[in-house]
Amino acid sequence: MAGHDHTQPPSDTALRVKALESLLLEKGLVEADTLDAIVQLYEHNIGPRNGAKVVARAWSDPEYKTRLLADASPAIAELGFSGVQGEDMVVVENTPEVHNLLVCTLCSCYPWPVLGLPPVWYKAAPYRARAVSEPRAVLAEFGVNISDNIEVRVWDSTAELRYMVLPQRPDGTENLPEDDLAALVSRDSMIGVALVEGP
Amino acid sequence: MNGIHDLGGMHGMGPVDAETDEPIFHTDWERRLFAVMMATFASGIFNVDEFRHSVERMAPAEYLSTSYYEHWLHSLESVLVEKGHIERSELEAAWSNAPSAAGGGA
Repeated sequence: MAGHDHTQPPSDTALRVKALESLLLEKGLVEADTLDAIVQLYEHNIGPRNGAKVVARAWSDPEYKTRLLADASPAIAELGFSGVQGEDMVVVENTPEVHNLLVCTLCSCYPWPVLGLPPVWYKAAPYRARAVSEPRAVLAEFGVNISDNIEVRVWDSTAELRYMVLPQRPDGTENLPEDDLAALVSRDSMIGVALVEGP
Repeated sequence: MNGIHDLGGMHGMGPVDAETDEPIFHTDWERRLFAVMMATFASGIFNVDEFRHSVERMAPAEYLSTSYYEHWLHSLESVLVEKGHIERSELEAAWSNAPSAAGGGA
């Protein structure tokens, strides 16, 4: 089918991806080993356990917390976490007066080095549309009911600037070591759609 | 630019559908596409703004009816063709040559 009109892409998305990958391998624009290494990295090495370690350190070490809230990227890099989609980080702290919530209304911006790849709901239209206009209703759908006297702050991420929530440390954890604290911290609590519960 | 991607505050999108124990990738093609995108991005042949702009130029109805990684596929094909790294005809030939798992249907 020559001429001006393009062939429509096949409806089989898996076929279309396979075709693109094969073409790029054939042209030497990507290498198979590199592709496998990328998958390994994002499926096994980068994820919300990294962010949980940052939170646990901040809860345990007041000086670290001060550095983290003042300039998050270098403080996070102290724990070995840095790289693409996390170059410029801001950490926002939940307190008895303020609850923070993250969104990317335009796209899917998310702090990969500390939280890994974002869940589907974070990238889908309902969350992106509603987190900014009715954050308390969205939080309630996640089972988080924020009383009216607590301020809700919504942070809209961009391609350049990524946020992470520092959740409140739960009561009864004063004597827990850092590793045990990290185990309490969920991905959702660092997005702001969950609270951290005590052990 | 006030395109369809500018979703903040838009009405009628329904409830947030959060999946429990969500896998990092839902299908093998998502996994492969992620790797291909990251590898081509890392090699510097396009930047993140070019990639996002290509997503943002999708037809609005198509944007809303397709998934995140389908947006990526659309954008990656477009940006590689537009920047001259692959020819559209090469892509079409690759579609014809790729083995179809389900006879081309979805």
